[in-house]
Amino acid sequence: MKTDFEHRQGAHCESGVTSNLLSIASNGKITEPLAFGIGAGLFFAYIPLIKINNGPAIAFRTLPGYIFNRTAKSLGIPVVSKRFSSKQKAETYLNECLEAGNPVGCQVGVYYLPYFPKEYRFHFNAHNLIVYGKEGDNYLVSDPIMETTNVMDSYQLERVRFAKGALAPKGHIYYPKQGAIITDDTIKQAIKSGIKKNVYNMLNIPGSFAGISGIRNTGKKIKKWRDKLGIEKSKLYLAQMVRMQEEIGTGGGGFRYIYAAFLQEADAYLPGNQLAEISVLFTEAGDMWRTAAVHAAGIYKGRIGSQDDFNKMGDYLVEIAEVEKNAFERLKNIKWQ
Amino acid sequence: MKKDEVPQDLSSLGKITKELCYATDSSGKYVAALSSGWDVKITALDVAWGDIEKRIESAKQKVLNKETSQLLFFMEYRLMDISILAGYSGFWKWQIKRHLKPEVFDKLSTQKLEKYAEAFNIKVEDLKSMTIHED
Repeated sequence: MKTDFEHRQGAHCESGVTSNLLSIASNGKITEPLAFGIGAGLFFAYIPLIKINNGPAIAFRTLPGYIFNRTAKSLGIPVVSKRFSSKQKAETYLNECLEAGNPVGCQVGVYYLPYFPKEYRFHFNAHNLIVYGKEGDNYLVSDPIMETTNVMDSYQLERVRFAKGALAPKGHIYYPKQGAIITDDTIKQAIKSGIKKNVYNMLNIPGSFAGISGIRNTGKKIKKWRDKLGIEKSKLYLAQMVRMQEEIGTGGGGFRYIYAAFLQEADAYLPGNQLAEISVLFTEAGDMWRTAAVHAAGIYKGRIGSQDDFNKMGDYLVEIAEVEKNAFERLKNIKWQ
Repeated sequence: MKKDEVPQDLSSLGKITKELCYATDSSGKYVAALSSGWDVKITALDVAWGDIEKRIESAKQKVLNKETSQLLFFMEYRLMDISILAGYSGFWKWQIKRHLKPEVFDKLSTQKLEKYAEAFNIKVEDLKSMTIHED
């Protein structure tokens, strides 16, 4: 049993899954960058209270599930989304979806994901993939991170759908209802609303842990890490930050570039709003994040590590905060043509 | 990032799949490009695993010194904290904390040890003897 589905590789799991699930309804128009932008995917948050692999949680994108829900909602597409307490019911429901011809998105943990190399398997539970068919006991799986599709048997799939720990997926399954049609007008409206939401998330979220002020404050904190944590722990924290920033499948400065690509595509739908020009600012931000990552690598490789080097590291983030602030303010001030 | 600057340092993921990323072509237009990995990321991952190895070794010493039970060793080996282990084993966190004491662990019933062994995906005798088989 196989549903009508085409695997396309993406840079990021959730925007990739979203774009691929909406492919039929949008006739392929909802590309990954559009899904990321409409879903207001760009974010920053530093949450020292939550520890991941013994380091601080630093997020460069929005909460799991947010991109798909927002994108579908903005495009006026009804969504089915379910979690389960029973593994049996979760599998039965999945099979029913496939029999009805729906490819479905699944939230999974990567620790027991069989096709991932061991080095990449952590207890990270916010990964997304699409199940698009079943042959015997094997499920056909499209993971947007991978160049090609994969196969998992029912036990392997159950283990990752019921992974434990923070953000446990609890068999979370989601898909757009069939029959919806996405027009260019809907896309235009959705782009505007996605930008507006992302502007709010980055410029106006209260508190100093998230958005632009979160980036700036993290920069200030990093300068104190060397004294406060000692050099060894600081190295671990910086390595963790880089891994979060360049998280599997973003291929470098990732999310800022996806957002820049989104604005370029958005410019074609809504010309005369300088979106292409503002896109360049996000490319610049992406490049700066990468330069900062190279500097961080110098520290965690042990090549450099003086207080000056930590000051410089912190300053990178403070500068990035300024560039992103300027970029989002320009987005905020658009008088839509 | 320009398309011809997309890093191609072979990572362990790169041996299985290339990663897609967005980069600009000569006219400044964003296109999808493939990367086989980036040295900066590879080292960040190495640093994380180096730390894990140290934690496993230190847990092993603590077990040998009778400061903690074999549970801690396998928790470090499976990258689990108490909440994750609670999720996989079905025990409450306070129970796990008790079982981390060697004198309590040594008296656990086989049934309870089975639950932990399953959570760690190992055999009960390996749990007791702190033996690992690479999987």
